[in-house]
Amino acid sequence: MPVINAFKSAVNFLSAPQYLVTAMLVLLLVGLRSKLLWSKRGGLFLLVAIGGGMAISYLDPNFNAVASLPDNVPIVGMIFLVGFFFWFAMNQAYENDRRIAAGLPTIEAADSAQKVFSWPDLVYVELICLVVVMAVMIVWSIFLKAPLEEPANPTDSPNPAKAPWYFLGLQEMLVYYDPWLAGVVLPSLIIVGLMAIPYIDTNPKGNGYFTFRERKWEITLFLLGFLVLWCTLIALGTFLRGPNWNFFGPYEFWDVNKLVPLNNINLSEIIWIKMLKRSLPNFWLIREIFGLVIVGFYVAALPLLLSKTLLRRFYEKMGTPRYLIGVSLVLIMISLPIKMYLRWFFNLKYVVNIPEFAFNI
Amino acid sequence: MVPRWRQIQEQIVASQFWKSIFRVGIPNTNRKRVLAMLGNVVLHLHPVKTRKSGVKMRYTWCAGGVTFFLFLVLTFTGLLLMFYYRPTVEYAFVDILDLREQVPFGIMREVHRWGAHAMVISVWIHMFRVFMTGSYKPPREFNWVIGVILLVLTLLLSFTGYLLPWDQLAIWAITVGSNMASATPLMGIQGPGTGLLKIGDIPLVTSTNDARFGLLGGRFVGAGALLRFYVLHCVGIPLIAAFLMAVHFWRVRKDGGISGPA
Repeated sequence: MPVINAFKSAVNFLSAPQYLVTAMLVLLLVGLRSKLLWSKRGGLFLLVAIGGGMAISYLDPNFNAVASLPDNVPIVGMIFLVGFFFWFAMNQAYENDRRIAAGLPTIEAADSAQKVFSWPDLVYVELICLVVVMAVMIVWSIFLKAPLEEPANPTDSPNPAKAPWYFLGLQEMLVYYDPWLAGVVLPSLIIVGLMAIPYIDTNPKGNGYFTFRERKWEITLFLLGFLVLWCTLIALGTFLRGPNWNFFGPYEFWDVNKLVPLNNINLSEIIWIKMLKRSLPNFWLIREIFGLVIVGFYVAALPLLLSKTLLRRFYEKMGTPRYLIGVSLVLIMISLPIKMYLRWFFNLKYVVNIPEFAFNI
Repeated sequence: MVPRWRQIQEQIVASQFWKSIFRVGIPNTNRKRVLAMLGNVVLHLHPVKTRKSGVKMRYTWCAGGVTFFLFLVLTFTGLLLMFYYRPTVEYAFVDILDLREQVPFGIMREVHRWGAHAMVISVWIHMFRVFMTGSYKPPREFNWVIGVILLVLTLLLSFTGYLLPWDQLAIWAITVGSNMASATPLMGIQGPGTGLLKIGDIPLVTSTNDARFGLLGGRFVGAGALLRFYVLHCVGIPLIAAFLMAVHFWRVRKDGGISGPA
């Protein structure tokens, strides 16, 4: 069927990392502000579109082979659960925003005036949850056997060799950053950054109820990290990365022999060889001076510059320590998509490349 | 003669044995509802009365409760699995194979594995809910910090458990994951700046003392790593996690219960 095949190739093409991440970014930024998406009708539309699309995709043998691996089933579940709760949270946030705008109490405020006895109101809700979870776990366990592969063989490495699924976002980062950043520094900063959230976010509003309008910045930045840079990259690493960590579209066969040309070049090569028409200087400090200045500017000078210009409002509201830590963390988070786009559109490999000290950025 | 069920029931409930266990009886009055919550070691995690918005599923999604429940399920199934599993290179794989082949209708390994995946997801959804309702805001800032540590512990629990079946999936996933440690700045053999640390010509950091070696108890994923991950998975991390969960729940109470609008 040529029509279906053309459609499949189009989807394969469009799910390449550069389009997938761009689409998710645009969907997030536009979607958060579109009221229609978070209504019941919008949610139903999303469910039918995503659920139907995936259900039909299972008919494709290549999609089926990857998506129905026992260990990938939870990730399909994660996509739907995270998607549902995202919609559910935003649905209540928009309802509350409407009420606040109309001068009415929020859903939660209408409820919170009174207290109820924990027995039975709370205890029974919990009991029902436990029973449902246990039922789901038992049914899931009966119908899906836990996989067991060949016995461990340290001399025979599988291709692709993948980390546990919840770390696949980090493994995907390895494409763009060296292991010391993608595997050590950035994960540590994710943990530190998460812990720092309550101390950086001084907005007193939106405590104890769903709202979007009162917390636009916080929610947008958090969801940029959680939905786009964490969950999307996990899905990408699980379903779209095959042998040699090459990209494969959802309907593409995982061909071990797929060749992807590697023509990435370093910033120092672009500047010294392509632009200045010279050979690379031997001494690393001179060779990498442009990259070092750019990174130094991004990490150290940009937060200060922004405090005087674009983010002045935040700087004045937050105070110096909060502002500097918060903006630095956000800039480091945003550096991931920046590095991704530099790779996709300029084939940039390293901004700073000092193999002398195994120091590459 | 028709047995008088009602009378038998009343006699049981009034007996010394029954009353020694269930002090309060059926909580059908407000006074008994209070006493039921206060007198039970599990239930007294909760306050006697809860804000009405806090008992609504649409607000909490019960995600934290589900996470805790999955932790209990995993503790129970994990304990049963420990009876049959020996963490050595010789036996680990065949013990799992035996569990799979020799136990009719056995689903303990399945419940444990899928439960572990589910717990990772439920932790994320719980944190997502807490973020979206701004529940980390004062006075609950530090409880969010404890929650982030619990997230890390959950991931570590899952990561250490990933190795134990000792099949190809297990050792290569852990190999990929633990290779990252060798890139730790100044502490991993391939990390930036590590080459600078030397006395004369003798490097201070080698493949037998770098961060990866400390993680694996060896230069590659072998017997040392298996034992180390087993002990951390079954004893070390669960103990720390259980302690921090106690602190987490305690602080939920002390910081004013489930969050709600002021």
